[in-house]
Amino acid sequence: MRNNKSLGTARRDVRRNTRPAAAVVAVGLLPLLAACGSGEPGDAAEEDVVTLVTHDSFAVSDEVLAAFEKTSGLTVEQVAPGDAGTLVNQLVLTKDSPLGDVVYGVDNSFASRAVDAGVFEPYQPEGLAPEVAAYAPDDLAGTLTPIDVGDVCLNLDDGWFEEHDVPPPTTLDDLTDPAYADLTVVTNPATSSPGLAFLLATVGAYGEDGFEAYWADLRDNGLKVAESWEDAYYVDFSGAGEGGQRPIALSYATSPAFTVSEDGATSSTSAMLGTCFRQVEYAGVLAGTDHPDGARQLVDFLASEPFQADVPGQMYMYPADPDVELPADWQQFAPLADEPYEVPPAQVAEHRDDWIERWTATVVG
Amino acid sequence: MDPTVGTAVDGHRGDGAPGAVRPDGASGLQVRDAVVRYGAGRRRPGFVAVDRVSLDVAPGEIVALLGPSGCGKSSLLRAVAGLEPLAAGRVLFDGEDVAGVPVHRRGFGLLFQDGQLFPHRDVAGNVGYGLEAARVPRPEREARVAALLEDVGLAGYGGRAVATLSGGERQRVALARALAPRPGLLLLDEPLSALDRRLRERLAVDVREALRASGTTAVFVTHDHDEAFTVADRVAVMDAGRILQVDAPDVLLRSPASPRVAEFLGRAPEHPPGGSRDGASRASLAVES
Amino acid sequence: MDGHRRRLRRRRSGGWGPRDEAPARSGAADSADNKFRLRRRRSGGWGSRDEAPARSGAADSADNKFRLRRGAAGPAATKPRLSVRPRWATWLGWGLAAGLPLVFLGLFFAWPVTAIVAQGVLPDDGAGGRTLDLSGFAEVLGDPRTWRIVGQTLGQATAGTLLAVVLGLPGAYVLYRCRFRGRTLVRGLVTVPFVLPSVVVGVAFRTLFAPGGPLGWAGLEESFAGIVLALVFFNYAVVVRTVGGLWERLDPRAEQAARALGATPWRAFRTVTLPALGPAIASAAAVVFLFCSTAFGVVLVLGGIRYGTIETEIWVRTTQFLDLRAAAVLSVLQLVVVVAALLLGARARTRRERALHLTSERAAAHRLRLRSRPDGSDLAPAVVTAFVVLGLLALPMAGLVARSFRAPDGSWGLDNYVALGTTGGRNALSVTVWEATGNSLRTAALAALIAVVVGALVALVVSRRPRSTGARRAVGTLDALFMLPLGVSAVTVGFGFLITLDRPLGLDLDLRTAGVLVPIAQAVVAIPLVVRTVLPVLRAIDPRLREVAATLGSAPGRVLRTVDAPMGARSLGLAVGFAFAVSLGEFGATSFLARPDTATLPVVIYRLIGRPGAENYGMALAASVVLAVLTATVMMVAERLRGDRPGGEF
Repeated sequence: MRNNKSLGTARRDVRRNTRPAAAVVAVGLLPLLAACGSGEPGDAAEEDVVTLVTHDSFAVSDEVLAAFEKTSGLTVEQVAPGDAGTLVNQLVLTKDSPLGDVVYGVDNSFASRAVDAGVFEPYQPEGLAPEVAAYAPDDLAGTLTPIDVGDVCLNLDDGWFEEHDVPPPTTLDDLTDPAYADLTVVTNPATSSPGLAFLLATVGAYGEDGFEAYWADLRDNGLKVAESWEDAYYVDFSGAGEGGQRPIALSYATSPAFTVSEDGATSSTSAMLGTCFRQVEYAGVLAGTDHPDGARQLVDFLASEPFQADVPGQMYMYPADPDVELPADWQQFAPLADEPYEVPPAQVAEHRDDWIERWTATVVG
Repeated sequence: MDPTVGTAVDGHRGDGAPGAVRPDGASGLQVRDAVVRYGAGRRRPGFVAVDRVSLDVAPGEIVALLGPSGCGKSSLLRAVAGLEPLAAGRVLFDGEDVAGVPVHRRGFGLLFQDGQLFPHRDVAGNVGYGLEAARVPRPEREARVAALLEDVGLAGYGGRAVATLSGGERQRVALARALAPRPGLLLLDEPLSALDRRLRERLAVDVREALRASGTTAVFVTHDHDEAFTVADRVAVMDAGRILQVDAPDVLLRSPASPRVAEFLGRAPEHPPGGSRDGASRASLAVES
Repeated sequence: MDGHRRRLRRRRSGGWGPRDEAPARSGAADSADNKFRLRRRRSGGWGSRDEAPARSGAADSADNKFRLRRGAAGPAATKPRLSVRPRWATWLGWGLAAGLPLVFLGLFFAWPVTAIVAQGVLPDDGAGGRTLDLSGFAEVLGDPRTWRIVGQTLGQATAGTLLAVVLGLPGAYVLYRCRFRGRTLVRGLVTVPFVLPSVVVGVAFRTLFAPGGPLGWAGLEESFAGIVLALVFFNYAVVVRTVGGLWERLDPRAEQAARALGATPWRAFRTVTLPALGPAIASAAAVVFLFCSTAFGVVLVLGGIRYGTIETEIWVRTTQFLDLRAAAVLSVLQLVVVVAALLLGARARTRRERALHLTSERAAAHRLRLRSRPDGSDLAPAVVTAFVVLGLLALPMAGLVARSFRAPDGSWGLDNYVALGTTGGRNALSVTVWEATGNSLRTAALAALIAVVVGALVALVVSRRPRSTGARRAVGTLDALFMLPLGVSAVTVGFGFLITLDRPLGLDLDLRTAGVLVPIAQAVVAIPLVVRTVLPVLRAIDPRLREVAATLGSAPGRVLRTVDAPMGARSLGLAVGFAFAVSLGEFGATSFLARPDTATLPVVIYRLIGRPGAENYGMALAASVVLAVLTATVMMVAERLRGDRPGGEF
């Protein structure tokens, strides 16, 4: 009798004991369950969802994108796993299990590495203008589609040169002139993408064997190297109006458009168009995509007139398509360089790391 | 000094200790050859705090465990409560082995030296704690808490924060809390040691009366003879992990079972340096009793 | 100590003979003394009483002051509810409590990190297989540059930690042990730097240090001292809060007793209070060291190209060169440094680990005394704290706030704040800053929930002191394991996510692009802080309180609910605040995971400051101010939540 009873209590007690445990399990699993719940984007009509992997500067007008989605019947999901420099490495790492269907934002200093790693499925829209196709030479041809371009150039604080009655420099060689000692700030090519672009400009200008000597001269002439663009531009560049001390800073050809006066007539800064390296940003279909048709349509869209016309206003880059009309003030404040320095993408892919190391040895010591 | 008068329980003799084990051993608390060890590992034997101790407490009886600090009395108490595992031996309550019964189902109350009141609960919350655990309905619980508070002389203290209580009040609350669930056995671990002398004397009497009134079976650990003799029906003298003698206070004083017991009770001639006056007073105490 | 024990033994040996010497236990002194004193005073008076007490169970004396009626108290106990202990249930409970966090950590930290390191050590041999390649170790470890970087990492982390602790202790005292007007506000303010995006802090500090800046004369630009100051700026709050949280509830009587024994205030602090604070200080120092040794943005910006740490090197190797081989070696190196630091910290902690006598905050805190008084003055700590708060914390923040009110045209006004409703100059953003703020709050709330659930479970398990040595060691390991996320590069974790979470646990569910991974990644970083905040308080709960609760019939689950939970709850409030704040400010892992439409506040700040134009810069600063205000508010609310309910003090 008593045995029965105590057996009963024991059983009841066990149950009571496990209840908190069950609660713990439930609470602990909650995040996981939540993960499962929201894990699958657009699971309703998965067939029609195309995922666009971009860097964090991608932007498009809502109307332009909506129009594409309406005509194509596709839904575009965006994933931005980092900045432009990181993107290619992420694509290479995930090539067996791609993050999406299409990538936008791979540039010409990194593209070859991604192509070599087999990240892309060859595709280029039909009827690409020859000027556009020319932006994708050699191994990139047929695989990547140029979408937009921009120049990385040194910027000048025009006011400073006026005030100090010094003629503004115009060429790379000028910068090693003692007249411009302690006036220049650039960024580290190992940690910043404009820094890398400028290093490539010097490689383009002085050759694979001559660029180190140039940098040594720059260094001796009081060059400052910041780690990031924002650091160089906002802290060191006097033209940013934040108390910086140096009137020559590495930035973009389009930057002067951001320092336009209230009345829109003048800009307090200008780009040194003789120091530029042209960056080209590409789109491509990712190998292993589940939606090859949708992916191709999306690349077509990025190369098409509506999107190309949207590029200047949204991303502040030049559309690759030369036929697209540019905003009126662009020619005044943000012209492209006539003859930017160039280094073939394949050569960049092969020597990039080596050049950066040689640069580090020369400039940092 | 006749060993047959006192009922000495020598740990070595185990179960067969005469007198210590009651014939009606089926009820109350029975400790058999209990061993408590600390710091024992696979290779190390560890330190033996309680060494093959046997002890019986009849229902309603109050037994004091008396001995110096570190003699193992608290360890024995904790083992009975289920807070320390037994390395060997058994603890039985009402004839049932409580090995494997977790602390919270033994139905043994425990009262610490410093009360250990729950700082995040008020006085009533402390006293009612065990009743909540037993799922006593709220009205009944409140009535019982009020009655218990009145019983310990703290009527109307229910809403007070425990931080505002004096040392004596805290111990009273702790006692009421321990008694609330009507424990089958109450274990008191030096419950009065932290209090000042006058309070101790008064509370010792109060505790005994509270225990007797509720008919609670109790084991009372103390290092103080006076307290032990005031509170307990029988006193077990413990030293170095063993029980030397278990007897009623008067028997104990009259006929210590061994020189060591006598020594502890103050019969021995030698005393600590500077303690001669203590010796005198203890001698007089012995004579009076 | 030894002398004390010897004295004690001698005295007792008189009464108890040599046998008594064996179990010399602390606390014996008091009882021995009491015994003698009491007996002496009582002589004669009590002896006769022994005959009186009715031992037969006879009727209670009429003057029974307790009036314990038999009816009310009842005949002792109904039959006790004896039943066999459901051991497996207890084990299951603890197993789950430890297992769930382990699964979480394993899935969202250990596995990704291991996978990315494995890629470096086991490169693809091109034939579908992988071969072990340890040549990277020889190469990287043989490079003197590596050791220079390791040296710089250890140097700046050690200096940063020491300075943060030395400056943080007076801060903890003033902000948690003293009462003064505006204390809550200062407590909130102190936390703000902790969550400011490092890119903003870097720029703010560089603006101070740069040749034309307010502190340009000090020559701090690209200097070791500059980096260390910035590290202290970030981590001061960790020390103040962790140590202050324990200090405010430390019973002041121990220190008062020391003073009464003739100790100077300094000596009393050094010999009584400091040892009692030991666990909290060790906790805080461990966390700060991890933060300092993995500091990234601030080192990059302030150190310029000449200073590098293991963290910045891993970042460069991974994101820029995809040199996973070198990155793997550096990750292992970082892990070694971190584990060594954790072991040191754990040793310092366990040596000091003990149940403390905690008391009510109200009783412990006193009014700030600035004038010299016989019972001690708070002038020195107050001055130090004022100097740190005003000079080190407020100055860079003030510059930031002031700049945020300067409109693009140079006038003063709210233009930058008005602009937060837009997507920035020339469309820098894909969402408005306010939308990003909403995203941040939602994400942080979820992250805080996850972090607190997981962190509290870990703290609970780790707060136990199991009997067996093996289990104790396991508990210690668990403690250290959950600190690791603070010591491993966010890049490593972020890249690890990319290659592991496409099919987590074999499920067909790509977590990498799922929005929920953001709060999870933030929670992984916040968990160590939750553990470190809750653990000292749980450990300080006297184990006898749990024992009492058990003897009163509480099953282990109820003990947790009625003792540990309410007593730990106050620290839990703080932990929620910390977790929330960390999630709000987290950028590293978030930047790898955020989707453009769900960008968080730090991400948009980073994006804004990455664009030229006075408008974008101003917006970035205004958004930083919003983030700071948000954080300070969260921390102040968290402090309020802990509240002082009557009867709820400890």
